[in-house]
Amino acid sequence: MTTATAAGPAQQVEVERATTASRVGAGLAVVAVAVLGTAPLWARTSVLRTLIGFFTLLALATMWNLLAGYAGLVSIGQQAYIGVGAYGLWWLSDSAGLDPFAAAPLAALAAAVLSVPVAVLAFRLRGGYFAIGTWVIAETLRLLVANVSQLGGGSGVTVTAVSAYDRQTRVYLTYWLAFAVGTGAVALAYLLLRRRLGLALVANRDSETAARSLGVDVYRVKLVVYVVAAFGCALAGAVIYLNLLRIQPDAAFSVNWSAFMIFIVVIGGVGTIEGPIVGTVLFVLVQETLAQYGAWYLILLGLLAVLVALRARHGLWGLVADRTGISLFPVRRRLKPPPAPAPAPGGSP
Amino acid sequence: MSDGRPLLEVAGLDGWYGDFQALFGVSVSVAAGEVVAIIGANGAGKSTLLRTVAGLLPRTDGSVTFEGKDLAGVPAHRRVALGISLVPEGRRIFPSLSVEENLLVGAQAGRPGPWTVAAVLELFPMLAGRRRSGGGRLSGGEQQALAIGRGLMANPRLLLLDEVSLGLAPIVVRRVYEALPAIRAAGTTVVVIEQDIGQALRAADRVYCLLEGRVALEGAPEDLDRDRIAAAYFGVRA
Amino acid sequence: MTTANNLVQGLLLGGLYAMFATGLSLMFGVMRLVNLAHGDFAILAAFLALVIVDGTGLNPFLTLAVAVPAMFLLGYLLQRGVLNFTVGGDGLAPVLVTFGLSIILQNLLLEGFSADSRGLDAGAIEDTSLALGRLNVGWFPLLTLATGAAVLGGLQLLLARTRLGRELRATSDDPEAAQLVGVDHRHAFAVATGLALATVAIAGIFLGVRTTFSPALGPTRLIFAFEAVIIGGLGSLWGTLAGGMVLGVAQTLGAQISPGWGVLTGHLVFLAVLAFRPSGLFGKPVTT
Repeated sequence: MTTATAAGPAQQVEVERATTASRVGAGLAVVAVAVLGTAPLWARTSVLRTLIGFFTLLALATMWNLLAGYAGLVSIGQQAYIGVGAYGLWWLSDSAGLDPFAAAPLAALAAAVLSVPVAVLAFRLRGGYFAIGTWVIAETLRLLVANVSQLGGGSGVTVTAVSAYDRQTRVYLTYWLAFAVGTGAVALAYLLLRRRLGLALVANRDSETAARSLGVDVYRVKLVVYVVAAFGCALAGAVIYLNLLRIQPDAAFSVNWSAFMIFIVVIGGVGTIEGPIVGTVLFVLVQETLAQYGAWYLILLGLLAVLVALRARHGLWGLVADRTGISLFPVRRRLKPPPAPAPAPGGSP
Repeated sequence: MSDGRPLLEVAGLDGWYGDFQALFGVSVSVAAGEVVAIIGANGAGKSTLLRTVAGLLPRTDGSVTFEGKDLAGVPAHRRVALGISLVPEGRRIFPSLSVEENLLVGAQAGRPGPWTVAAVLELFPMLAGRRRSGGGRLSGGEQQALAIGRGLMANPRLLLLDEVSLGLAPIVVRRVYEALPAIRAAGTTVVVIEQDIGQALRAADRVYCLLEGRVALEGAPEDLDRDRIAAAYFGVRA
Repeated sequence: MTTANNLVQGLLLGGLYAMFATGLSLMFGVMRLVNLAHGDFAILAAFLALVIVDGTGLNPFLTLAVAVPAMFLLGYLLQRGVLNFTVGGDGLAPVLVTFGLSIILQNLLLEGFSADSRGLDAGAIEDTSLALGRLNVGWFPLLTLATGAAVLGGLQLLLARTRLGRELRATSDDPEAAQLVGVDHRHAFAVATGLALATVAIAGIFLGVRTTFSPALGPTRLIFAFEAVIIGGLGSLWGTLAGGMVLGVAQTLGAQISPGWGVLTGHLVFLAVLAFRPSGLFGKPVTT
């Protein structure tokens, strides 16, 4: 019976998403995009290569976050699509003669198509078994590629079609593509989550049964996210190999890609848009500074991920957001309280 | 038996069901050998009270004292060993265990006493022919009998029965209540949550009525008239 | 003749895969937890055996007496100290934590033992075989199958006949109701994980005798265990043995066609089962 008491002020309640922090965040984002978008004008090639790594990892992490953080699909087989993107790039450009920069999105499209039957199979498994199932599918693709000599077999292939471009142009174009893929992935995740699908996803994450009873087609929602993530990972994979050029099945289909995505998202903050960004920055920093210690840096990241998964469910970003209430990419609608009324008679807090 | 001290003393108990506060300063006292009924509308906090006493809900304020011992921080499985047995709402039979195994697992706490598999089967003859049946294949009445039997196997001093007649046919409810005197005679104190007020008044020595998480009425059935009960139950002034 | 021989080898190999799968199945059965570090614990046990063999010169089989209780204890502590905090909730934490553990274990082993392949030498049993008509069946593969069957059978008996088994099954059915009969569900979970690591320790040491091993080998063992479970059907212990045998036969026959196709054929059989018989070859069909 709260409607009676709230009848007056209730009309002033507004549903809002933007907050002061998010407006500041938007401003910062514009500056960051402007600075990074023009990086080829001011940065050395080695910096550009690091940034290519950053943006492709950001795209991968954002895709994994969509899967696990919003659709409840914990995949450790996204390397399947990185490999398909890489080999698709090679085949479309070196064998079919397409421009390699046009081949990259086409390879990602092919991966998206492939992901539909894969999803039909993998969705028969749940939770941890789904995770291993996706891994087996990636392993199957790795072994298939390694056993087919037309695809270069175990020793792999090299993308030679890029030699049509001079070295600097190639690095610039690859950078801009990586930049577009990284920022595009974040923007896509943001838009997806703001739309009806986003509500359906959050409902599904919180309770699959409840979501189903509200008329959310859980299967379709998961399928859409899985296909989008396959496309994103394959595109990132194609860009990674536009940079590296040498494609080997053991590296392209390596489970380490999934490990990186998981570490980034878990440490940064699963189920938030900001988490993968924070996580990727941290991951690249750790990689740049600790990579010479070999296995220890993976042990450190693993320990950190385990700790965060146990103690801070929404990661480092979650800790920041909980303490400050900051949300740079507000995807949830919140009720804006009405302006405080004049002291109401008999009112209680 | 009685040394003047209650067997169970709940004092000023606040209880939460998840984030929702379901009990506000509830005080309940149960003497050894009593049968106490707890009545109240849906959502009045009856189950939360029993689950808190059994140790299933970690977040509480106020105190629960059993045989003079403060139960704060004692986990549910240890309370069974102390002599508190909750027969949960919905029976919660272990479906992959047979009837006999359900009873045997009830004796897990290892308390000595009169209740054995044979004694329970004598109390509930309907289970005797189904010893080897899977727990998931029983009728509602058989499940309730098995759940009570499983609770008794711990030889509790205090047996808590949550919604004992919910969803059962009247004849089955009667049979369940017919078992109460034998349980009591074996030295067990019983607290029962009952939807059927008439049934509660017939079976219990004392009745507590909860309303919106507070004790609205307490007394022996003979001291309570229908109007007072209705007022406490529905929260309206008669 | 080669095919018949490979068929037998594959069937016997199934015993090893079933041993790997038992613990994975048990943990899932009792607490719906899939331990992604399961295979890495097998490799850890193999290295533990290696250290003991190097230090004492004992036969690898005798190291079981130390490695199995040690791994039980490790499993118990792992569950009490870490994994119990992931049970319940949204199901994300167990996958993330055990995957993190897998990476940590692999890299710790890599730091401690380098990436070199190692082996456990069990002596003459590895080279002797039993002549069955024109088939030669090695004693060690036979012993592996017998051990696998014994591990499964022993676990089956434990679950069906003992007080501990009742406790574990009750906890699996309903952890809260189990607490109400006096079962400490956190202890029951920890015992389940202890048993899982004890069985996978046996598997790891048999693996070490059968072939060489290295720190990175854990994930493939996890995958084979998982494939045996799914091919056999969830929740069916003897189905798991059969699933392991199907996987073993697929791998040996695949490798006969071309060495690179062994593991791949196993994966393809797994995917075919998932596509056409998702409840597994021996599991109960899913109704409704």
